[in-house]
Amino acid sequence: MKTLLQILAFSLMVIYGYTWFSNSIPQMQSQPPSEEEISLEGMTLEGYAALGEKIYEGKGTCPLCHNAVGHRAPLLIETSDDGQPVAVRSTDRLQDLRYKGDAESAEEYLRESMIKPSAFVVVGFGKTGSGDTISPMPDVSAGSINLSEVEINAVIAYLQQAAGIDITVSLPIGEIDVDEEDETEDPGPVKDFSQLVEKYECKVCHVVPNVDMEGEEPDMGPSLVNMAEQYKGKLPAGYSLEDYIRTSILKPNEHIAMGFESDIMPDDLSERMRVSELEMAVQTIIGAGKGN
Amino acid sequence: MYKVPKSRVTKVVAMAMAMIFVASSQALAGDGDYGQVFGLSSRKLVWFIAQMHLYLGAFVLGVPIFAVLIEYIGFRNGDKKFDGLAKEFTGLLSVAYATTAALGGLLLFVFVALYPTFFSFMANAFGDAMIFYALLFFGETLCLYVYYYGWDWMNDTSPWPKLVGYSFAAMGVGTILLAAGVQFGAFGHYHGAIQPFWAVVLVIAGLGFFVVKSKKGLHVWVGVWLNVFGTLIMMVANSWAAYMMSPSGIDPNTGQFVGTTLDAVMNTLWAPIGIHRMLGNIAFGGFVAGAYAAVKFIGSTTPEDRAHYDWMGYVSNFVGICGLIPLPFAGYYLGREVYSNSAVMGNNMMGGDFSWTFIIQAMLVGSLFLISCYYLWIGMERIPGAERYRGFVKYLNAFVLISFAIWLTPHNMPLTGAEVSAMGGSQYHPTLKYLGLMPAKNAVVNLIIISTFISFMLYRRANMGDMVPISKQGKGPVIAISIAAFICLYLIGQYAWAMYSLDPQELDLPPDRVQYFKTVAMLLFATCLMIVISSVLAIKDKGVLAQYIYLAWIIFSVVIFLGVYGFVVMEKASPFLRNIAVSQFIQLISAIVLVTAIDIFLFRGAKSMGEMRWGQISSRSQYALLTLCIFITFNMGLMGFIRSGLRTDWHIYGVLKDTSEWAFTPTNFTMTVMVSMATLVFLSAVAIMFWLSAISKAGKKSNPAQAEPVEVQ
Repeated sequence: MKTLLQILAFSLMVIYGYTWFSNSIPQMQSQPPSEEEISLEGMTLEGYAALGEKIYEGKGTCPLCHNAVGHRAPLLIETSDDGQPVAVRSTDRLQDLRYKGDAESAEEYLRESMIKPSAFVVVGFGKTGSGDTISPMPDVSAGSINLSEVEINAVIAYLQQAAGIDITVSLPIGEIDVDEEDETEDPGPVKDFSQLVEKYECKVCHVVPNVDMEGEEPDMGPSLVNMAEQYKGKLPAGYSLEDYIRTSILKPNEHIAMGFESDIMPDDLSERMRVSELEMAVQTIIGAGKGN
Repeated sequence: MYKVPKSRVTKVVAMAMAMIFVASSQALAGDGDYGQVFGLSSRKLVWFIAQMHLYLGAFVLGVPIFAVLIEYIGFRNGDKKFDGLAKEFTGLLSVAYATTAALGGLLLFVFVALYPTFFSFMANAFGDAMIFYALLFFGETLCLYVYYYGWDWMNDTSPWPKLVGYSFAAMGVGTILLAAGVQFGAFGHYHGAIQPFWAVVLVIAGLGFFVVKSKKGLHVWVGVWLNVFGTLIMMVANSWAAYMMSPSGIDPNTGQFVGTTLDAVMNTLWAPIGIHRMLGNIAFGGFVAGAYAAVKFIGSTTPEDRAHYDWMGYVSNFVGICGLIPLPFAGYYLGREVYSNSAVMGNNMMGGDFSWTFIIQAMLVGSLFLISCYYLWIGMERIPGAERYRGFVKYLNAFVLISFAIWLTPHNMPLTGAEVSAMGGSQYHPTLKYLGLMPAKNAVVNLIIISTFISFMLYRRANMGDMVPISKQGKGPVIAISIAAFICLYLIGQYAWAMYSLDPQELDLPPDRVQYFKTVAMLLFATCLMIVISSVLAIKDKGVLAQYIYLAWIIFSVVIFLGVYGFVVMEKASPFLRNIAVSQFIQLISAIVLVTAIDIFLFRGAKSMGEMRWGQISSRSQYALLTLCIFITFNMGLMGFIRSGLRTDWHIYGVLKDTSEWAFTPTNFTMTVMVSMATLVFLSAVAIMFWLSAISKAGKKSNPAQAEPVEVQ
């Protein structure tokens, strides 16, 4: 019995030592990617890019290979030995003699590189023995990664935003966002323009078309009535009225109307306002101008 | 006597089945995809039962491999103590066999009850294979019963009429020809090592026929077929685990299985996992048997028993190390195939979620080598004449320890901001970063293996005095050493030529990088020259010098030259690094083959410097054997966690998603708790089974360690 106890005590000690060692090292628990249904109704461009970043880091598992440590795949976000950020250098890829895909724009190239990675393989990153003609990267729209078209576009939006260039992907229309956190803070997108004006308190500073101004004519911000007439020949170079209104809402200090001060209009509407609300605002303001 | 445990096991199985059926009825009332019983985590339940089944399965598949080898050695040498030892090993096996099968049944019910959708998918793909799997058990059970219960009845070595021997030999030739057909593609060409693997299995099965010249020979043949059935069973079950990682026969558009059962079986990772598991089973079986011997030794009250179990422990450790030595290379092959199958999975393995787990794995594997060397070192206490070598062994152990530390050094780790900051803002440690790279790791792994091999070599010769010159042993040694040299020359020479003529374009490298290939080729040609020099020296009665020259050259070439050159290659011609690893591996193998061949004849008939004092060894050595058993059991559970965890939240990778609440990858601590629990339960179960086995032998004593014939029951 004594021998048995000795052996048992020794075995338990070894097992405890192993458990202790394994607990002394950093612990990681990886959750599977969220399976929430993504609804983009009311999402801003920045929000869409943020969703892309989340997918890039999580479900897409992109940094597993596209990272500076293992460097098993070219870096995509930053300027490095691999060149400029991928959203910038993708334009050059289309001209490359080794390119064998069908993309005609930088955005299409980014999409194609995720679905058909072998369309262009960066030198040094192909499968061994393939002469850099076959990429080891999987098709992200299938298999274990299995990104939807909406998710792939979100990743493109993120890559473009991270590169500091315009986001060119179009936003799909969907249902109300199902994100639980948003649901508790935000009752959802407004149903009409008057609700939108109330929600964002536009008429505190602006004269707003198509709503009851209750006799007030605020002048802290330019009037939004008949803007087509007001800004005829005065728009910044390269801007359409629609672009100008959208930019003025999202980045209010980018162009300050003559006679008004900067830093008065809130600059966080790009984060608070949903895409459907933004489009409603832009189209109503333009439409009001046409109507008048 | 054997019926006692069997009937108890049967009762336990019946109770377990009843519980599972009750549980099933509850579980199937769930949402359809997943079930749950008694509020337990279904994942952990399956994990635990599968782990227990695998532990016992590994034991019952690993033990017959060396049991039949030991029996054959005894049969050839006429040494009854080997025969007795082989039977004792098989006795352990027979008890564990029923429990393994019971756990397999339990696992099946748990799958059906808790993961019905997953199991339905698997049954759809593997229906035929599952039936075949069940039928194979009849073959294995028959062989096991005949092998164990027929041991004494078939112990007659009187030769049969020659015609019988010729008939079996003809079947052996037929089986070997079949093996050649498999190897050279007569039955189709398959991915990776599938053909060589089955060719080797068939060659071994074929060689078994040549032994059948007497009743005892027939018994050995039955043992060989016990292993063939065991291997088939293991490979069928492996195909399921491998399929879950690398599914084949899937329609990419629908995700449905549209292939044949053979398509599903012949998936990418089938052979790599099979090879790795087979070697692992040998090592595992050896170390578990070693622990059995250790426990018996510690509890022994007579010098005879101590002598016997000391010897049994030594043989078991030897078997364990033989399985362990090639395992890192099989693991390298498996890792490469995992990466080729899925870059995402491959990167997650050592550079993602499982990077820290691999550190624990390195600690365990390194410990296995280190403790084995320690055991040999202590073992020299009982060898008269060993004092000539004991001083050297401690330096070898120091090499193993340092190599172990280097092997443990991580390279790519997910770090916290504080850790990065502590290393001066770098992802890498300023001084240790080079030790974490593959060239350093490849060099030290080879050094660990060479050091362990040299430890064995010194241990073996520790008792040897005056030697009989090889030139006076007739033509046998000349032929055998020449054959060994030829095998080594072929192994190294063909690879040297392949490196010499390798086109850089094949590795996507510019033409000027050919210089790196040629350097390695020239090194390998030089190794060929050393093979010739060493074998000639051995034949000319300079065997010891020949061994040391060749070992010194291999250490220089594999560890020092290629270890350093690996860094250059990594910088200038990275894709060539894997060829460097192969060059190191084949040179190491050549050292083991040639030096062993010389060693056998160098000390054949040598004068003993005194009787081996079996049993006169410190108890520390037995605790070393126990630790080896615990560590390999841990390691097996840990590697199973990694293999399974690589699928992340997929039951079948990329095909069938795990949508249960247990789909996350748990922490290493959770893994450790699960594996520790499984280890504890497994070892306790084995202890009980061995105790039950011992009941059947109560009152009967044997002492095979002595030269006297053992009392065979």
